[in-house]
Parts: sequence; C-alpha cells; structure tokens
Amino acid sequence: MATPNTADFDTILAEAQRRWQDLTNGDRPWIRIGTGLAGEAAGGFEVVAATKRALADQNVEANVSEVGTLGLCFAEPLMDVQTPGGPRVFYHNVTPELAGNIVRQHASGGDPISEHAIGYLGDRALAPDGIPHLDDHPMRSLEQRIALRNAGNIDPSDLYQYIANDGYAALNKALTEMSPDEARQEVVASGLRGRGGAAFPAGVKWGFLAGNPDPNKYILCNCEEGDPGAFNDRGILESDPATVVEGITIAGYACNANRGYIFIRHGHNQPIDRTRAVIEQAYELGLLGKNILGSGFSFDVEVALTGDSYVSGEETALMEAIEGKRSMPRYRPPFPAQVGVFGKPSNINNVKTLAYVPEIVARGGEWFASIGTAADPERRINGSSGTAILCLSGDITYTGLIEVPLGMTLRQVLFDMAGGVPNGKRMKLLQTGGPLGGVLSASDANLDLVLDFDVFRAAGAILGSGGIIVCDEDTCAVDLTRNLIAFCQYESCGKCFPCRMGMSHLLEVLERISNLEGTEEDLALMRNIGENMQAGSLCGHGQLGFNPVSSALRYFGDEFEAHIRDKRHTGDCPEQVFSPGLTRR
Amino acid sequence: MDAATQSLISDAVNNQPQPTVTVLSSLLAVEDAIGYIPKEAVEAVALRMDATINDVWAVATFYPNFRFDPPTEHRIEVCWGPSCHVMGADRIIAAALDSLGLSDEGDTPDGKATLRYNTCLGACAHAPVIAIDHHLAGRATPDSARQKIADALQSAASH
Repeated sequence: MATPNTADFDTILAEAQRRWQDLTNGDRPWIRIGTGLAGEAAGGFEVVAATKRALADQNVEANVSEVGTLGLCFAEPLMDVQTPGGPRVFYHNVTPELAGNIVRQHASGGDPISEHAIGYLGDRALAPDGIPHLDDHPMRSLEQRIALRNAGNIDPSDLYQYIANDGYAALNKALTEMSPDEARQEVVASGLRGRGGAAFPAGVKWGFLAGNPDPNKYILCNCEEGDPGAFNDRGILESDPATVVEGITIAGYACNANRGYIFIRHGHNQPIDRTRAVIEQAYELGLLGKNILGSGFSFDVEVALTGDSYVSGEETALMEAIEGKRSMPRYRPPFPAQVGVFGKPSNINNVKTLAYVPEIVARGGEWFASIGTAADPERRINGSSGTAILCLSGDITYTGLIEVPLGMTLRQVLFDMAGGVPNGKRMKLLQTGGPLGGVLSASDANLDLVLDFDVFRAAGAILGSGGIIVCDEDTCAVDLTRNLIAFCQYESCGKCFPCRMGMSHLLEVLERISNLEGTEEDLALMRNIGENMQAGSLCGHGQLGFNPVSSALRYFGDEFEAHIRDKRHTGDCPEQVFSPGLTRR
Repeated sequence: MDAATQSLISDAVNNQPQPTVTVLSSLLAVEDAIGYIPKEAVEAVALRMDATINDVWAVATFYPNFRFDPPTEHRIEVCWGPSCHVMGADRIIAAALDSLGLSDEGDTPDGKATLRYNTCLGACAHAPVIAIDHHLAGRATPDSARQKIADALQSAASH
C-alpha cells in the first residue's frame, strides 16, 4: 500500500472540487454511459465503444465516463451529455448507431436530439426544448435518495468525484469533532435498522463490538447478494463504492476496530474492480491506512471474494468464506462480537446499511430518524427509519432500482412509480425479500401495506433485501413456488440435514404437484417437512426455507387444490418442469 | 501438465495482490488464471497455505463455480432465478440446450462450449438474462439466445 499522504482534508477537497468543475463546466462536454448490470445487459459497453469511435471520427473533444446505474434500468443503456455549464440530457435505450448520432449532433455543440431524450437533470431554468425534467418521470417522482445519492452521477472508480459531491465530509467530521462513541450514538439515534434481512438496529449491534476490549476487531461488509431479484447491493458497489468504503471506515472508528472486509461474490467484475479502485485511492489520499487524516485512527480495508454460494451471505458462513473455507454456518454461541472472523471479534453489516452511514453522520441521526415510519408498540411495530432501496423486476412497466422513504405503500411504488403491469394484465402476486421471503398476493389489502420491516413481517413477507418481483395473472403460484424451492434446495449448503433433506423433499413434492401427480396427503406432508426444517435447521436458510410454500398456501391455496384435486394448471406453466441438477456437487 | 500452465498456477497462487490470502482466494486466483483447478493447483494451494490436499479439495468441490478439467472455448450461462423464470427462462434454457445439442448443463461433445445454469446473473431488470463468455445479455428471447450462441461459436475462443 502507498504511504499515507499527509495532505489535510481541505486540500483534498479543493483538488476534488477543481476536478469536478473541470468536468462539469470546463472546455468540453461530459458524456456518461451506464455500464452497471442492467446497462451491460442492455448493451452499454457497445455504446461506450461506439461513442469513443464517433468522437475520434468526428474530432469532437469530450470526457467519457462509465457510470453505474441511475436506477432507470428499463431505459438502459442510458447515455447523457452535459455541455459545459448546461443540464445533463439523458438518452434512453441507446444503440451504438444512436450514440454516433448523439456525438455528431449534440456533443459536438448542437442541440439535443429531443425525440430520443427521456429527460434532463439540472436547473429547470436551463430546460432544453421539448425535454421533460427527469425528476418528473414517475420512476423518480417519489424518490428520496440517500444511499443512491451518487449512483449514475459520478464515475464510481474516481474517488475525487465522490469527494467533490460531499464524500468523506462525514469521516472528517467524525474524526475531528466526535469521539468514537459519539459517532456510534448518531447511528443509534438514526434508528437505522440493518438492511440485510434481520432489520436489527445497526448502532446497537455496533455497540456489541465497541464494548469488546480486544485490540484486533473486524468490520465486515456483506455484498454476497445471492438473492435472485435483488441487485441493489451490487448496484451500490458498481455505482458508488466509495460511500460503502467511507461507511465501513466510520463503523471501524465507532467500534474501535482496525480492519474491514468487503465481501463480494467472485465472477462479475464491475463491483469488485470499482470497489478496489476507490480503496486504492483512499490509501493514496490518506483516507485509509495508518493515522487517517492525521487523527491517530488507523483502519485497513480489503475486498474478500467468495465462490458461488448463496449461504455465504449468512453471517457466520461469510466468516468461514473469508477464512477461505466452505461457507457453512457456525454454531452460536459464541456470537461474532466475541469470536468472529479469524477468531477475532467481528461485526457484519449489509452494503446498504453501511452506504447510509456517511449521510447519517454528516446530517445527524435525527434527520434520518425523521424519515420513515413511527413505532406502534400495540401492533408490535418498532418503526423503520430511512429509505427502502427496492429492485423492481418481472411483469412491471418500469423495472429498476429506486430509493423511497419507508412508509410509502406498495401501491404507490408499483403503480404510481413503476407504472403497473403492462399489456392490460392484472397484477397477481409479488415475490419479496429474496426466495426465502415468499410471496404476497397483489390484493388491495396487500397493496396498501406500507414499506416497514415489521408490517411486512406481520403480513407473512420479508422486506429484507428489497427485491420485488412482480407477477401478472399468467404466473402460476405453484410453479413459482417450485422455482423458489428449487433455488433453496440447490443452495442448501448441506451442513445440517433438516435443510439439506427437507429442501430436497419439498422440491420432490412440488414437482409432483406441478406435474398434476400430487395427492391430498402432499399438503400435510409439506407442512410436516416445513415444521421440522424450521425447528431443526442451523441457519435462516433452513429456518425460513418453508416460507415460499407457507406463504403460497396462505394466499394461493386454491391453486394447489386445483393442481391436486382437479388436475388443472392455474397459469402459464412451463410444459416441462425445470429444476437444475440435484444439488451442490 | 506443460511448464507454462504450471508457471501460471504458481504465479496465481504466490502473487495474490490482496493482504489476506486463503485456500479459497488461491483457488479463485487459479480459476482466473487458467479457468480450472487441476490437481497440480490443489497441490500448489496446499503447499502455499500449509493445508492438506483434502482440505483444499473440500473447499474446491463446495463451490460450483470451480471446474476440474480444462474449460471449453465458450461459456454460456442461462439464468433461472425467479425474475427470469417469470419472464420465460424455461424457453431460453430449452433454446440454449437445443442449439448446443445438449440435454442438460455441461460441455458440448465437441468440446467447444459449456452451458451452465445460473441462479442469478444480477440484471433482473432485463430478465430473462443470459451471459455469453461472461458478457451479460438481457431481454433474451429463444431466437436471440440461439443467435448469440451461434455468434459465439463462430468467434475466437474467449480466453
């Protein structure tokens, strides 16, 4: 690692602002192109290449940056052009050919091509002719961005751009104005609940580690994110990894820890490369390493990679994977705050949780607590502060990544923002919070549910990781349940047999029912298996593994009956039931 | 095993850039370097980490991303996660199997391509998703999947 730079924060900030001014109001336009997961899948890299070719061919001078996701995934590839001092004009579903036209006409100094523009961002006084403000688009209209504040706006690999947008002000404030405990108290006051699924108050959890006198303590950031239908963790790391690196550094300060690991699944490079790039720059600027900003506080961060394993997202399995072993959960106690990774006290946080931390410290815990839902002890609701970062996919008009205040209803999210189900179909069910979260019917009562961890739990669902897969009337609830259990079965780590055997048996029964060969006894059999899994499994994978079935039976029991009694499909079921090869080799 | 491969393995295992080096990180480094885990790599990792051969095999066989024979020229992945399932992944899988002449995931008999099912490729907003040689392609249809697979088979090997 490079030797820490002795520059003070004001010097770093001035340099960052000078560079930002150059980019946004210099002598040439700035072109940003989305190459996050959705951007890549839609052809973003081809657009980058075509843009660079066109700039060279046309002799147009411009800065080109690959950015993460703005959240409007349905419109990817998104490309925007900001002429010096002007607004950003966004083009949607850009093809390589259109990119060439945009360079020729707009980036070279002419007018925007309004028929291909989805909107502009910037001062409304500078509105280009015939192009709406992007904040008036339904998908952005009700957003409140905290963790995603920089996503799609900055080059995620350039730490100076993060700093120019108020980055590291929070760490500087914590190191110069606050004791570790005062920093932690801000997080306690914010009411921030962990965004990995369990929704435990983050500041309280930090307290378990802060109170441990061991000189070697670890903060772990979980970006395993195996939940199909959830892409917000990777979305944050590929769009703005610096907010997570600053967040984990503040957590380290608040807990008197000295080392952090950001844990990512191997295989998809953008989140890994971009996170490593900002970590390296943070070391060069003295924002990581020894004696950070001259404060006497030292903290190291590195990226740790795992192989393919859903269960490595479980906190103790994650520790096993960081140690380089099979990612199987450990018995508890001892708990991680006493014996964690490499035998040292550890604290684990989801990417989203840490991504909020810089803004909480910069703006105060009370500000964050003022967003979201209030506690209601009579209904056993503890209050959920801040925002929800939701991933919308499936049968929905506008797919993508949005950040909305907790307390908003599902109806507002799915209809007012995401435009409902396309093609005049009826919304039938929602799959939320990852496969273990199960399903909700899209009934009026459920659409009126507010985004709140405890409200969702009471309804038999999990808000959890924030994935919402929308299904229209053609989806068969039995077939979807079979798909979810096939996933859970494939991903069972195999350590404890209630999960390993239970998942396999559940899948067998569900395949039988899907093939119209189920019997009346099968429903009771599944319940029996489910109860045993819940009671006997070592970790949440098995304990919650019956959720997909129990929630489907609760809302769509009639469809199971139709398969079993009437030998009738209840949707557009695939002709051949597909479940992957049996299990882990 | 040829000397060049042996030296790639040795470099991968012994020159990892990150501070924390483990059995798993070493195996991932070998996979990045040569695309598979031969028994020579298991031995090299065991030596480097002061672990037993058994310990290393135990880790390598747990994670399904590792393979133990040389990779084929092209890797085709089809996602079957629930977002993709809802948007018609079954038909994409059927098309991919058919155009590769396979009945299940695995290598084609001519050793040109490998088909893998994937539980989530991450571009759920553009479901159904496939990945050709680690490059994502969204909103796949059976026809577009066939076309992309045919294009890949025509192109040079991906590594």
